[in-house]
Amino acid sequence: MARIRVKPDPQRYTFDGFGSSQYPNLMLLGAGDLDNWTLKSYQDKWEGYAALRKALKLEPAAVTAEVKLSDLRGRGGAGFRTGMKWGFMPKDTAERKVTRYVVCNADEGEPGTFKDRAILEYNPHQLIEGMIIAGWAMQCKLGFIYVRGEFGWLVDKLEAALQQARDAGYLGRDILGSGWDFDILTYRGAGAYICGEETALLNSLEGRRGEPRVKPPFPAQAGAFGQPTTVNNVETLAAVPVILRMGGAGFARIGTPGNTGTRIYSLSGHIKRPGLYELPLGLPLDFIMNDLAGGSSTGRKIKAVIPGGCSAPMFDAKDFDCPMDFDTVKARGSMAGSGGIIVMDEDTCMVRTTLRLTHFYAHESCGQCTPCREGCNWMEMILHRIEHGEGLPGDLALLASLPPRINMRTLCALGDAACGPVESALQKFRAEFEHHISHKECLAGARV
Amino acid sequence: MNHPQTPETSDAPLAPGARLPLSSRTRLSAEAVAEIRTIAGKYPDRLAATLPALYIAQREFGFLSLAAMKEVAAALEVPEGHIFGVATFYTMFKKRPVGRFHLQVCTNVCCALNGAYELLNRIAERTGAKPGGEPTGDGLWSLEEVECLAACGSAPCLQVNEAVYDEFVDEARLEAILDACRRGEYSPWGE
Repeated sequence: MARIRVKPDPQRYTFDGFGSSQYPNLMLLGAGDLDNWTLKSYQDKWEGYAALRKALKLEPAAVTAEVKLSDLRGRGGAGFRTGMKWGFMPKDTAERKVTRYVVCNADEGEPGTFKDRAILEYNPHQLIEGMIIAGWAMQCKLGFIYVRGEFGWLVDKLEAALQQARDAGYLGRDILGSGWDFDILTYRGAGAYICGEETALLNSLEGRRGEPRVKPPFPAQAGAFGQPTTVNNVETLAAVPVILRMGGAGFARIGTPGNTGTRIYSLSGHIKRPGLYELPLGLPLDFIMNDLAGGSSTGRKIKAVIPGGCSAPMFDAKDFDCPMDFDTVKARGSMAGSGGIIVMDEDTCMVRTTLRLTHFYAHESCGQCTPCREGCNWMEMILHRIEHGEGLPGDLALLASLPPRINMRTLCALGDAACGPVESALQKFRAEFEHHISHKECLAGARV
Repeated sequence: MNHPQTPETSDAPLAPGARLPLSSRTRLSAEAVAEIRTIAGKYPDRLAATLPALYIAQREFGFLSLAAMKEVAAALEVPEGHIFGVATFYTMFKKRPVGRFHLQVCTNVCCALNGAYELLNRIAERTGAKPGGEPTGDGLWSLEEVECLAACGSAPCLQVNEAVYDEFVDEARLEAILDACRRGEYSPWGE
């Protein structure tokens, strides 16, 4: 029995000026409206599946070219160019037909991020349409949507939406008379953060433990079930119909050159108006935090911000003017990641916060690579000791010696992600750690 | 396949409020086996049905006992060791019994910044369940800290079995949720 949510959720999806030409609403169509998820609503209100009709009239290569022209970058975390990724997929040759898959990564688990969930809840057809177009561009016959296990009710909703699309002829055999067959299966994870990593996701999708694979071969060479596969984030795929509707060049006019389009920022922590903010790329962080989201919720000054989901190194006040695009955030020593902006006020104890973040990575490390499995545990143990008044004088040096031994020495980026918070907190809030060791108490107020 | 930390199902009588059917079940129902085989046929490789099959077994057994895992291995015709390896990798597969109401509080940073640990302690106080997943003596409650449930903007977030309470859970709201559970008026979608 399908479980469809009937009670509105309390998340904020809009802000003053949202939907204007300055802040166009392209990705969060109908968010907050629980009746919006149906095919009928998507077609009546949002020109649903017009982009698919348009795409099917184009050659597959022309669709990929349009996505390349839009310069869309992956919204899952790495910011890799989507058109380029699609271009890596091998083509059929006269001798050999290739089975290819397109996979949607809906394993949204990055702490501080809750955007994909909104797309799945309120506008799943935009994702489905994007995925069908991606399937056409790469000439796949089958796609998978891998949804995190905690989103059980969203899997049910997706199944219902997929059935609506099948009934309307957008999925299945001979889609809209094109002669091309394509279908989408859902797959439910079971609670493992690591399955958001694309090769771990593929292992999980095959019914195995979610352990990242050795690369190469990359998924475009040998992905799901050994076949060439492209894995894209929910938000990335949901942007594809928008690109077809506006044209690649039109999409590229939003945002800044090299960082095009809008993306959904998830704001949480000590912020007055937390929620989802769909904004053109490149707006400054303090404008988003203060002007749009109302600044600190506690009335105290904001001390630190994690700009791109909890794997991103922290910013302190001197970087609050950073324009939020992939390249500038990276140049400032962090990463735009999944767009999860976590705000902490000046009473937040950075030792405890870093401990909590490190505990997360120690808990979620798949255990395959020694540097990550052991290193994250070591970092957690040292931080635990410092936080609980048992820190030793050499602990900060010991702690600082660990990230260089984890970073870039593992199969996937989880180890690197665990190092970001520790290194940045040690560098920017060192006094708090020293105070903890020497005075056995917090320098800041004892809030988390 | 045998593991000291995973209990076998037993013939002992059900504790009051314990999750059904947890006691004497040692076999998957015929419908469940059929369901597993149907799912296996949908994917390019039947191994892919491992996770869905474990969900089905968990639904029937209440948790994944060794007997449950062996049944899944038999239904899918794959090695038992593979099933055990997968079941123990994922946190949503419960290798030990949990309470009838399994309460999960996200304590990751965004929730912690907004009082998740206070919520966790309050629940522990009200229900007598200790964080860690061990069920209370009457089998009614178990309590666990979990990682991000993607409701950071309205933190803290509480999940009861599979229902997510993602509005800000304050004292009064928590009482209402726990009371509804106690009265058995708990509906899966949090009304």
